[in-house]
Amino acid sequence: MKAKLRKIVTFIDETLAEQGQTISPPLRRAAAVAVIENPFAGIFQEDLSLLIDIGEELGLLLAERAVAALGGEVQSYGKAAAVGENGELEHAAAILHPKLGTPFRKVLGKGAALIPSSKKRGGMGVVLDIPLGHKDAAFVRSHFDGMEVRINDAPRANEIMIALAVTSAGRPLPRVGGLQAKEIKGEDGLR
Amino acid sequence: MPDVRKFVVTVEEILHEGGPIAPTPLRRACVLAVIRNPFAGKYHADIAPFMDDLKPLGLDMARRLIAALGDARLIEGYGKGAIVGEAGEIEHGALWHAPGGYAMRELLGGAKAIVPSTKKVGGPGTRLDIPITHVNASYVRSHLDAMEVGVPDAPRAREIVFALVMTTGARIHSRAGGLAPRDIKGEDGLR
Repeated sequence: MKAKLRKIVTFIDETLAEQGQTISPPLRRAAAVAVIENPFAGIFQEDLSLLIDIGEELGLLLAERAVAALGGEVQSYGKAAAVGENGELEHAAAILHPKLGTPFRKVLGKGAALIPSSKKRGGMGVVLDIPLGHKDAAFVRSHFDGMEVRINDAPRANEIMIALAVTSAGRPLPRVGGLQAKEIKGEDGLR
Repeated sequence: MPDVRKFVVTVEEILHEGGPIAPTPLRRACVLAVIRNPFAGKYHADIAPFMDDLKPLGLDMARRLIAALGDARLIEGYGKGAIVGEAGEIEHGALWHAPGGYAMRELLGGAKAIVPSTKKVGGPGTRLDIPITHVNASYVRSHLDAMEVGVPDAPRAREIVFALVMTTGARIHSRAGGLAPRDIKGEDGLR
């Protein structure tokens, strides 16, 4: 593996009730987060292809972990990264954008929609709010959501943390209208 | 059974922390339950019977935790904690001592050491550092550890977050001496 992993953390969030209403079946969200060494911490590196390859590796590893943690069908997804203080936002971009999506989608079987993403630079314990959207149609309003993850001892200055999230459904009590999951065509990734 | 709004499970898999990569990664896991606090908002003198209501929750949570780590035989360390929402009092958190502790010991087959614990009153997103010790001998220095836990949207004012934590071994680069697991007598739960 090209990525030098220090730790992998998985999160499972299962919501059984919200505002007094039972959520049945419970809404499940799962995230898998890797903490890796940043090979370009403290220097300016023009060619980021190593990080692009690492993104491909992590797309598979973290997707498998997140899907296993979720158990069952995946409806929405998202990704995010936090770069430690000696790194550059572009390092997160190199991991997240060019090659990570293909293995992620392969694990899911499908995924026509853009994978919503966020990135930031921060210190240990920084909060990542992973944006979530329906995996086959980005306009499904009930599935616009987010999941917070945080690791108290990461990212160190020379590290990057990369997170993938998947869910079993949209928000627990969606009622703001818009495109419904049952109406989607799932061809263009939008509707 | 108490009124559960959500469960959160987190598994950390630690491969190294700057030293040699461990042949077997250390895993730490927590399970958190967010429940309605039946005593929120006013002083109740008689709260102890609620401990019986918490017993099935404790067992359910301990089972989730062991499932997250794979097998009860892998468990070497444990701890527990509680975060009480702002309409409650610290004493409500203390109701977790017996049902949380006994549930883990029952499923681990008679672990001898007292289950270390901590608790606080706090708002949503409050973090709690849960102390961890060896399941059979509190003085085993390699297993003195801690795991930070929390739920972004809990506890709300009228909720309590109850937590159980288990680990599969010593700190990842443990080398601070003291009583070692092989030297445990296993009689008093201390050494």
